[in-house]
Parts: sequence; structure tokens; C-alpha cells
Amino acid sequence: MILNLTAADWLNLFTHFAALSLLAVGGAITTAPDMQRYLVTEQHWLTDAQFTSSVALAQAAPGPNVLFVALMGWNVGLNAGGGLQAGWIGLAYALLGVFVTMFGIMLPSTTLTFMAARWGHQNRELRIVRAFKQGMAPIVIALLVATGWLLIAGHSQPTKDWPLWLLAVICMLLVWKTKIHLLWLLGTGALLGALAVV
Amino acid sequence: MSAASELSQRTVLRPQPTSLSDLFWSMTWLALQGFGGVLAVVQRVLVDEKRWLTNEEFIEDWAVAQILPGPNVVNLALMIGDRYFGLRGGLAALAGVLAFPLLVVLVIAALFASVADMPMAQGALKGMGAVSAGLIAAVGLRLVSALKANVMSAGVCIALAAITFVAIAILRIPLAWVLLGLGAVATLWAYRQISAIELASKGGRS
Repeated sequence: MILNLTAADWLNLFTHFAALSLLAVGGAITTAPDMQRYLVTEQHWLTDAQFTSSVALAQAAPGPNVLFVALMGWNVGLNAGGGLQAGWIGLAYALLGVFVTMFGIMLPSTTLTFMAARWGHQNRELRIVRAFKQGMAPIVIALLVATGWLLIAGHSQPTKDWPLWLLAVICMLLVWKTKIHLLWLLGTGALLGALAVV
Repeated sequence: MSAASELSQRTVLRPQPTSLSDLFWSMTWLALQGFGGVLAVVQRVLVDEKRWLTNEEFIEDWAVAQILPGPNVVNLALMIGDRYFGLRGGLAALAGVLAFPLLVVLVIAALFASVADMPMAQGALKGMGAVSAGLIAAVGLRLVSALKANVMSAGVCIALAAITFVAIAILRIPLAWVLLGLGAVATLWAYRQISAIELASKGGRS
């Protein structure tokens, strides 16, 4: 796919991601459905396969999941600049895509967090700030457990994919009760998955 | 300045990042361990290994990082960096969480984009996904002990946690609604408790 993106298109890409940034409570992944609508269905800047592999690849790689946004920008840039086979120009376009989407998704939320967290820290003796932190504690804890649950329940059924669930439960118990290094567990999971055991 | 005295007080009490580059590289190492999301390793590294935060502080900071928009691990890094070294610290921590992982993911995309579609890679991804699901749930379980110091009673804490879990995991209500609705109720309840405790302690003194 070869695109012809104007400066206005790049600006449009930036502002769209900047708008999504402030809606991304719970992480950028919560806005992924809208990104798909925008990039794939509406603008035709990415193929559906490129969109899906951006998410999958970023999840497989180490680092924050928000990097899937960088990969989307990378792919838009590749489509616009003729791909890596086009040489330096292709690479430059791909990197431009990375910067446009990443700055878009990061700048508004980061600025807001910076100011809000500073205010909260400076006013941490205020009764309402203390109440917020105390009140949120059990919710935050349950949220973590629920996130783990959703990560596995989103793609599988306990009855059919029980080895996968068993693996998750064993890992949960090991991490809860022991100090085993997490990379051992992730490596084992990758191996079991690659060998199709789970 | 009070910020300086606060900082020196902390030095006595517990470890903290020694410099901007310490902050940067610590965050880089933290992020690079996070296959399938950094959430699974963030508590282990910051609380257990680095001891920059206690479990209680981690929950408090995590609540803030979670309720604000944006990637929660990135928000947390920014907040911690800012607390130790101001804006420069926030940016150093932010760069640490993002720079090298970004490089890694781009190199993977450039070299192995086709690998992601192979059955073996898909399988490995599935296996790691299950592991990281377990790891993230375990972070929640490990933090339960920090609730002992909460101003709300154990019963209220359990009820709030249970409602949150059902709302998110079973009913799949959007996170923003749960955080705003239930968060407001919980904050008001905690506010009442704190007021009552402070009133009681004042009454005791007089």
C-alpha cells in the first residue's frame, strides 16, 4: 500500500491521537477500537492485518503496552514512504509516523498527570486527598486482579483452555507466595506456548 | 527549602534513586523486564527490589496513575521521577520507560514482522499472556496486606474490592465509569472515617 499523506494529514493524525490521549483512562489500549475505526475503516492508512500485528507485536515485546501506538505510526509511515525497501526515505517516514503518533498519545495525558500528581503531592495533608488515596486502595487492588482475569478470560474458556488457566493460576500463586524471578515464569510460559502445551 | 529537607529526611529512611541516570536506567531495566506489560513487574521492582516505595505508597501512587488518562506505568514513572528530581526527574523516568523499549519494538518490527504470524510465535505469545495475567493478579493479592492500615474497616474494603472485580471482570463496565462512580463513593466513605478519627483524637486531647 502506498499512501500520499499531506502535511494536513499528519497534523490530523497527531490531533486525533492527542484527543484520544485524554480519554485513555486505564491505558491507551482502551482507545484501540477507536484507533482501528480511524486508521483502518475511515482513513485507510493501515490494513486490518497491520493494525492487528501492531497490537500483537507490542504485547510480545518488552515495555509498556502503549508502544503499540508507536508501531501503528511506524506502519502508517511505511505505507506513506514506500517501506523500508525505499531506503533512508522509507525509514525517515516510518520514524516520522512513530513520533507523530507517540507525541500525540503521550503529550496531553502526561502533562495532565504531571500537574495533577504535583498538586496531589503538595496537598497530600488535605483531608480530601488522603480520603481519595485511602478510598481508592481496595478498588485499585481489585482492579489488578480483574485485569489479570480479563487478560486471560478475553481469549479463552476455562473448560476448553484449562491448561492456559492452570498456568496462569500457578504463576499467580508462585508470585504471591515466593520470590521467584518473573523472567523465569515468562520464559517458561513462552516455551510452553511455543511447544503448544498450553 | 522544605523540598530539600524532605529529601534528606527520606535519604535516612530508605533507598532512593541516586541520580537522574540511576532513575533512567532503573526505569529502563524495569520496562525491559515487562514482557506482556510492565504492570506485572512494576511492584516487584519498585517495592521489593529498589525499596523506593512501600506497598502502601505504591497503592496510593497507583490509584493516581490509574485514574488519570494515559498509560499507568508511564504515569507512575513520571510521578516518581518528579518527586525526587522535579521536572527533570519526571522526564528522565519517562524517557527510561519508553526509549529502549521503543527501540526494541521497532527493531523487532523491522526485522521480524513476519514472525508474529507464525504459529510458534503465536503460541509463545499466548503462553506469555497467560503468565502475565497470573503475575498481574498476584500483584493485587500481594497488596492486600497493605489494606490493614486503611481507615476503612475490613468489611468495607472487601465489599469495595468485590464490587470492583464484578463490575470490571464479569459485567465489563467501562473502567472510567467504575473509577468515577465507585471511586467517589469510596473517597466519601474514607473522608467520613478520617473526619471521625480526627474528631475523636481531638476530643481525647482536650
